[in-house]
Amino acid sequence: MAKIIVEVMLKPEILDPQGQAVASALPRLGFTFAKSVRQGKRFEIEVAGDPTPAQLAEVEKAAETLLSNPVIETYIVKIEK
Amino acid sequence: MSFRIGVVTFPGSLDDRDAARAVEMAGGIAVPLFHASDDLKEVQAVVLPGGFSYGDYLRCGAIARFAPIMNSIVTAANHGFPVLGICNGFQVLCESHLLPGALTRNSNLHFLCRDQKLKIENTKTIWTSGFKPGQEILIPLKNGEGSFQCDDETLNMLESDGRVIARYVDFDPNGSRNLIAGISNERGNVVGLMPHPEHAIESLTGPSTDGLTFFTSVLHQLVGR
Repeated sequence: MAKIIVEVMLKPEILDPQGQAVASALPRLGFTFAKSVRQGKRFEIEVAGDPTPAQLAEVEKAAETLLSNPVIETYIVKIEK
Repeated sequence: MSFRIGVVTFPGSLDDRDAARAVEMAGGIAVPLFHASDDLKEVQAVVLPGGFSYGDYLRCGAIARFAPIMNSIVTAANHGFPVLGICNGFQVLCESHLLPGALTRNSNLHFLCRDQKLKIENTKTIWTSGFKPGQEILIPLKNGEGSFQCDDETLNMLESDGRVIARYVDFDPNGSRNLIAGISNERGNVVGLMPHPEHAIESLTGPSTDGLTFFTSVLHQLVGR
């Protein structure tokens, strides 16, 4: 069943101490690939059947009002099969 | 005659009792308000206390914003009704867009609990009128997400309009922009403050009694209304 995915990230200019902590932990474990890390949130939303355009529009609205805080965060909505 | 000051209890509020006690110590009548009701019970001002409303799930204050009591508070606040948000209450005020900006994770990632020195920057708000300009106070600070963040434009606006009400002194606890500990709305009736004045009202339990002035300020202002 298809799911609606909402991904929320802090805006690039907002300090992300959690991401920084992850970035500094990686090399301690021998992982040297990361130049930087930013941490975000992912919401997986199930609806009955395949998501309709109307439902997606509602999810957009929910993402803007509840799931993200537009002052500090951005979001994207997508469908995952 | 005395004034009725409401203290809201959300699921997960911790400091509602201390806030109510501070109201009473200052000479007001503390009126418990409940998140699930939109009834302000004829109070003349409201305190949103510290804690972890709705478990602070999603973001601090994000779910509390949609509580029935907040609809009434936002409407009233837009008409000049005095509201003080402390710690989690400050986060709720930002999420409700009564105050600009947002509170994010402390830059050092630690939950911090300490007695924090502040400088009072604005004594024209309803909640800070009893302080002397530039007065330094010592009150407890305890939070994990107290870093005040906003864009440059908002920061310039807050600074040029004198809406920063208090700043951290001697120590940067959380990476807040311009060391901001508290701000007000344009009218000065809505104030958000990260540290806890309600825990500094008696020498037995607090580092000072400086916090009491926030509560006596609003009572004096209500007399003049």
